[in-house]
Amino acid sequence: MTGLLGALLPAVPLVAGLLGLLLPPAPRHPTTNAEGGDRARRVAVALGVTGAAGALALAVALLVTVDRPRETSTTWVDLGGLTVTLGVRLDGAAALVAVAVTAVALAVQVYSIGYLRRGPHDDLDVDHRYPPYAAQISLFTAAMLLVVVAGDLLMLLVGWEVMGLCSYLLIAHDRRLPGAPAAAMKAFLVTRVGDVGFLLGIALLGVSTGSFRIADVLAHDHSTATLTAAGLLLLAGVAGKSAQFPLHTWLPDAMAGPTPISALIHAATMVAAGVYAVTRLYPLFTAAPVTLTVLGVIGSITLLLGALAATAQDDIKRVLAWSTVSQIGYMTGALAVGSPSAALFHLLTHAAFKALLFLAAGAVIHAVGTTLMSEMGGLRRTMPVTFWCTVVGLGALAGVPPLAGFWSKDGVLAVAEAAAREGTGPAPSWVGWLVWLAGLAGVAITAWYAGRLLLRAFFGEPRLPLVRPHDPPALLRWPVLLLAVPAALLGLAGFLGAFADRLRFATVPVAGAEDALVHLGPGLLLPLALLLVGAGLVLLGWRRDRAADPAAALGPLRPVFARAFRLDDVQHTLVVRPVRALARVARTGDEVVVDGAVEGSGRAASGLGAGLAALHRAALPRAAAGVLAGALLIGLAAALIGGVR
Amino acid sequence: MSFGQVLLVAVLAVPALGAVAVAATPRDRAARLVGTVAAALTLVAAVPLVFGDRSWFAWSAGAPAVRPWHELDLPWVPGLELRFHLGVDGISWPLVVLTALLTLLCCGYSLWRVPEGGSGRALVALLLVVEVGILGTFLALDLVLFFLFFEVVLLPMYAIIAGWGGADRRRAARKFALYTLFGSVLLLVGVYVVVAAAGTADVVALTGGAGLSRGTQLAAFTLLAIAFAVKSPLWPLHSWLPDAHTQAPTVGSVVLAGVLLKMGTYGLIRVAVGVAPEGARWAAPVLGVLAVAAILVGSLVCLAQTEVKRLIAYSSVGHMGFVLLGVATLTTTGIQAALIGNVAHGVITGLLFFLAGAVKDRTGTGSLAELSGLRETAPRLAGLLAFAAIASLGLPGLAGFWGEAFAVIAAVQVGGPLWTTLGVLAAVGGALTAAYFLRLLRQVTHGRPSTAVGRVGPGLAGAELTAWVPLVLLALAIGLAPALVLGVAEGPVDALVGVVFP
Repeated sequence: MTGLLGALLPAVPLVAGLLGLLLPPAPRHPTTNAEGGDRARRVAVALGVTGAAGALALAVALLVTVDRPRETSTTWVDLGGLTVTLGVRLDGAAALVAVAVTAVALAVQVYSIGYLRRGPHDDLDVDHRYPPYAAQISLFTAAMLLVVVAGDLLMLLVGWEVMGLCSYLLIAHDRRLPGAPAAAMKAFLVTRVGDVGFLLGIALLGVSTGSFRIADVLAHDHSTATLTAAGLLLLAGVAGKSAQFPLHTWLPDAMAGPTPISALIHAATMVAAGVYAVTRLYPLFTAAPVTLTVLGVIGSITLLLGALAATAQDDIKRVLAWSTVSQIGYMTGALAVGSPSAALFHLLTHAAFKALLFLAAGAVIHAVGTTLMSEMGGLRRTMPVTFWCTVVGLGALAGVPPLAGFWSKDGVLAVAEAAAREGTGPAPSWVGWLVWLAGLAGVAITAWYAGRLLLRAFFGEPRLPLVRPHDPPALLRWPVLLLAVPAALLGLAGFLGAFADRLRFATVPVAGAEDALVHLGPGLLLPLALLLVGAGLVLLGWRRDRAADPAAALGPLRPVFARAFRLDDVQHTLVVRPVRALARVARTGDEVVVDGAVEGSGRAASGLGAGLAALHRAALPRAAAGVLAGALLIGLAAALIGGVR
Repeated sequence: MSFGQVLLVAVLAVPALGAVAVAATPRDRAARLVGTVAAALTLVAAVPLVFGDRSWFAWSAGAPAVRPWHELDLPWVPGLELRFHLGVDGISWPLVVLTALLTLLCCGYSLWRVPEGGSGRALVALLLVVEVGILGTFLALDLVLFFLFFEVVLLPMYAIIAGWGGADRRRAARKFALYTLFGSVLLLVGVYVVVAAAGTADVVALTGGAGLSRGTQLAAFTLLAIAFAVKSPLWPLHSWLPDAHTQAPTVGSVVLAGVLLKMGTYGLIRVAVGVAPEGARWAAPVLGVLAVAAILVGSLVCLAQTEVKRLIAYSSVGHMGFVLLGVATLTTTGIQAALIGNVAHGVITGLLFFLAGAVKDRTGTGSLAELSGLRETAPRLAGLLAFAAIASLGLPGLAGFWGEAFAVIAAVQVGGPLWTTLGVLAAVGGALTAAYFLRLLRQVTHGRPSTAVGRVGPGLAGAELTAWVPLVLLALAIGLAPALVLGVAEGPVDALVGVVFP
């Protein structure tokens, strides 16, 4: 029964997505034949919402019924002794993540109906292809759910890469943005580069085990060298999907996608997949502590990098994008110091508050028609619902008690502190120090940029006096309002035994900090103090000059942060341009050298033939002499050979 | 004669008689219809070949390594000890069905559209003759017969390119014919070396080395491998392919890429590795290095390519590199990966060439610089192109994934510094493959419509959909159920690997 639920979970949105792809992608004549287009759109809406709602129902049913880890599997294909299986691997954590994924997906499907609607003032381009859009969201959901329930590494890889594909398709959806196709391509390619490592890691583990079933891989006794190599290779894929340094560069650019898609990518799917995959295979990583050391360093760098880059962005979506990068850094940091539970707890709360923030930002963008904070301001009075929802979301992001992010972030910091001071983590204690200090610094910076966003967008005087902003219509408002509930309260679930039990990893041999999700104690005071410092600083800067950007206080660092330490340029110089140059060289070499040799030998043969032919075109006297000379030679030969005999 | 033997004969006789009938039918359209019916009947005869004696009990030292499900062995030229020996097993059956299917789709497509250059009747007749040659190559269990069928393909294919091709067709056709003829000469010498040394041309008896000396095996493998490498093609013997694929008409490109190249890889597995296993073990590292070079060079050239059909042609070089890497590992995993990679490439690249041909027919250009915004004017065509490109870049869950991923996994499985490096480089080649296909999609489908694309209507002809939908479904089906191909291949491949490493 539970196994069937698990198998149906990705199947329901998959079917909805595949059916949706069969609908006519666009009205034939957008101006004259709006009727047919409307019908296709209605069917697409119904399919998308039904698929997501069905998956949510299944996920909740699964959460209720799954009491202990369950596993089903059947052979998919057997390649020369390497078995690939089809099956699900279910436990409490998988069910919780599935609920988060499907809830966000449903919110996004409903929100998109209102967000991608043709308004009276839009040009004809808007909402031209709703059916493929909704179908791709369904496919995206199905792929993420496949990653969540997969009981086999290759099944996981299928979902993993299909997600990359769907992000590509959806980021490129908006035809009005010239940058969208490039951003989409970047998203797919950067994650695909990471996936080279992911595939090789899977190959190493599969070859070592003789099977790709996760249970078999975990049970097998691998050599340390294999584990270290495989773990590091897997981390490359994780860094790509979860936007960790140095493969984080695609995520901010992915903001070119429609805002609901940003919510989907950032909250529940895609970036969450990397962290989730590590928790699935966590015993392998603890058995090879080098991998966790590397993960800790990557996570700490990403945490600070993302937070600092978020301080100087003017685009409201890019602030949120960089904050995602930073928050995922907390999760990978938690993994590095030995607590997959803390990582998943933060993943769940983050899913709630980041989806809320993006959908609220979408409402703001919908109302003012720009994504730049320098053109917003004063929205508090005109958009009260959106304002209060954003306050909840930003509070959770910054870690204001008792909102969700406070408890989960505190959980990460407490584990890191224990790993630093008492050496409880699987990696060396300096990794604990690194993660803990980076996390504490991150708290202050997060409070600063969250405060800046709130002040710039919602307080002060309106900077575009001509627009008349208003709270969004019901289809956009309700998903935002409903998401505000878990963003505010999900952290308190950490006190519930049933919730904490589902996130507990029996396989993880870590003591101390592992007994509870939330830690009440004096350790809470330090992050709180840092939170106040960050928030206080930004408020102080703002009060000095209400029209100016608090980011001005960054001085000469501001352009550096705004361009995220110019890592994009580094990537362009070190990877993109050399590959392009190499491609040109390869093409020229192939055409001139390899094919040149072939063509050359052809020309040489015909030249040789022409020369011989010219020799044969002789005048009669020389030809006659030649014939006679030949006859003489043959005669001589005959006489000599015959004579010998 | 058993039912299976009747089917074996029918698979070759139906298209051959069909070609004659097509040539004899006076009216052009009726002739094309006759040809399509013949191709359909061939497919109908090819599919049930799978039902038969498939009792693959474990391979033992005494039993022959090739044990066909159906076999037909008749004396042909008794004076020369030539035999008409046909058979089908799990290695050849998927390719036989693929050939019959693609020929049927091409004939059906020709009902609707005949490229400029000649009559549709002649084109369909030539397609059927090509089909006879390819099917014969896959079915032959006698080396001389194999060689004969291998050669039958050459001239009609030359005529298809030279008769119905693009602007530069004559040169491309000449290059194709001469280059592959060069390969054939080596094949002939290789066959001669083997037959002279072993005293038999029977593949069943020869598989496993059959007492050939080490020197003979090395010489035979070198000759045969180079011959098949030209056909496959393996870098650096590939340069006939881009010209031929680019200039050939759509149906010609589909048959070329879809099944003609498979004759090379099939020959490598069945003949070269089977007959000269010691030579195969000796040459495997070289083959592996060249295969990975093909993957990397092929994808890098694609990244700098400016013409759609040329890009797809070069992508074949890369994909066949994965197939050859799988063969070069000489493991069960690797050879199975090669087999499924073969079939997947046939399906997906066939589809890609159909779509590229459709784009070129509609816009009148294949230059990437002049194509953009296809999803605005022809969303369905753009969607199908995206599907084919994504399948071709090896997205897990679609057909292309299994062959490429498991070629890499097989290389890792062999282990050691050389093969691990090859596996890593091949995986990097996978990322490059994604890069050039995304570049293609970004250029052709996204953005504002160019003038050439602006004229294109959104509709697709029924004949086009009929030709494409089976390939789309197959790409999905093989991706989701790879056992469709691999289920039948497991026994024969195990037996083959068993004789390579006794």
